[in-house]
Amino acid sequence: MKVWKLKADKLLLVAVSAFAFLLLAIPIFVLVLSGLGSRAWEGLPESSSILTATLLSFASTLAVVCLAALLGTPLAYVLSRFEFTGKRIVSLFIELPIVMPPAVAGLALLITFGRRGFIGAWLADAGIVIPFTILAVIIAQFFISAPFYIRSAQVGFSSVSAEVEDAARVDGAYGWQMFWYITLPIAWRALASGMILCWARAVGEFGATILFAGNLQGRTQTMPLLVYSVFERDISAAIWTGLILIVLALVALFVSQWFAATQDRLD
Amino acid sequence: MRMGRCLRTVSVIVALSLSIISSQGQQKRTLTIYAATSLTDAFEELAAVFLENHPETDMVLNFASSSKLAAQLLAGAPADIFASANSAQMDLVVADGRISEGAVQSFAANRLALIAPADNPAEIAGIGDLGSKRLLLVLAVTGTPIRDYTNAMLASHNDEYGDDFAKRALENLVSEESNVRQVVARIALGEADAGIVYQTDVTDEVRDDVIRFPIEDRHNQIASYPVAVLDDTALPELSEAFIVFLRSDDGQSILGAFGFCSPPREADEATAEPRAETGQDNPIVNETEVAPCEGLEAES
Repeated sequence: MKVWKLKADKLLLVAVSAFAFLLLAIPIFVLVLSGLGSRAWEGLPESSSILTATLLSFASTLAVVCLAALLGTPLAYVLSRFEFTGKRIVSLFIELPIVMPPAVAGLALLITFGRRGFIGAWLADAGIVIPFTILAVIIAQFFISAPFYIRSAQVGFSSVSAEVEDAARVDGAYGWQMFWYITLPIAWRALASGMILCWARAVGEFGATILFAGNLQGRTQTMPLLVYSVFERDISAAIWTGLILIVLALVALFVSQWFAATQDRLD
Repeated sequence: MRMGRCLRTVSVIVALSLSIISSQGQQKRTLTIYAATSLTDAFEELAAVFLENHPETDMVLNFASSSKLAAQLLAGAPADIFASANSAQMDLVVADGRISEGAVQSFAANRLALIAPADNPAEIAGIGDLGSKRLLLVLAVTGTPIRDYTNAMLASHNDEYGDDFAKRALENLVSEESNVRQVVARIALGEADAGIVYQTDVTDEVRDDVIRFPIEDRHNQIASYPVAVLDDTALPELSEAFIVFLRSDDGQSILGAFGFCSPPREADEATAEPRAETGQDNPIVNETEVAPCEGLEAES
């Protein structure tokens, strides 16, 4: 009786798991199969929009990753090393974009940096209009994806124990020297994996971009925006762009998991 | 004790939600209508009035650009009625076989308007400025009915402002929005300098935030709205009743209140193309008080 019950439990567990897996995997399989099966590549040369959107996505996300490294690294270091009042609130604000709906982020950016916005109106007086430019794309992607890097880098820096830095300090290393020769070599895997997650999230950014930066081929139309704008009249372009995005996401996942695995082995 | 109360609360919630689900399934019939974005306000009002006369009914209104709706219908999305902003998108669904050709009827018409933010940052005086000034122009995305009408309207101005007027105007384009109401939003927010929308899109909510410029009748386009019941509807009579109501005097006067005009002469031909030069003595469908689209700009 007991054995039977155990078997039934196990069967249920397997069935539910299989169902959950299929729910997640089938749409991806269908997209790949329909991309290959409908001979979508024959329509490919006509869609110059794919190339334009891919280049635009690469340019903007490269800028986002550089910005995240430049601005996010000091912030992550400060958060991992210093205790100060309001640190929890700072952390909360940094992590908020990870969970908030991107459309809300886009709206917030628009009323801040828009032509009539809190800061944007002042910029517009100086002749700088951000919406509808690639700068707006970069800002939207940075806002949504930089927290992924900052959080990962903060964890990386925290894994470098204070004793190691103290020992280095005793040996006369300080400031940049210590960061460059001691902290970075120990924490770099966490930084690199965070950078890849940040990049992947930036490539996939849609809601904040379309609200804040608008949507025009060659100007602000990134790959996800292309998928959304053409699926009803050029399904093959949408599917192909979707396939490219899936491949990019897979590569990002593999690389970041590889970094995490080698980090674990070191630890 | 606490456990018991918790259980009781849960059972009450479960019973309540079950009764809601079952009451929806058994008594109320849900009519699903796919309608072009520009119909939003008018159809919400029409649905409210229709529901008063059909209390055992629920309505789900799905608004998006007609091209998005057509794509959804082609992909098999369940719906009872499709109201499109042009015949091209309706024809796609007819060609797909989900709507039979004879089921398509016109029920309203619309015209285009040029809008700018109330403070008119680019100092626009009329449509000609779109091709001669540097400004931020926002239009709906290629493939939507409003964009097709807009392209035709711009091209129609070429004899007046030069052969490449439409091309020059499109060089000012900074964003393609997924539907016409998002174009209005960009202008109302003051983020862009000019946009082309339907005259009915300047609703009460945005009337103070935008200014409207007339487009001459001979260049303007008449957007004709076809509607049809889907062949695979589970509620053919109820769907038909809604379309009869839509085309009745009451329905037409609601549409008129939201700025729509009566359908053009080719009212019963599904393939009617929008035409700027239809005759003056248009027979008004069902003898409504709603004016045909011609000459409206002269009045306003």
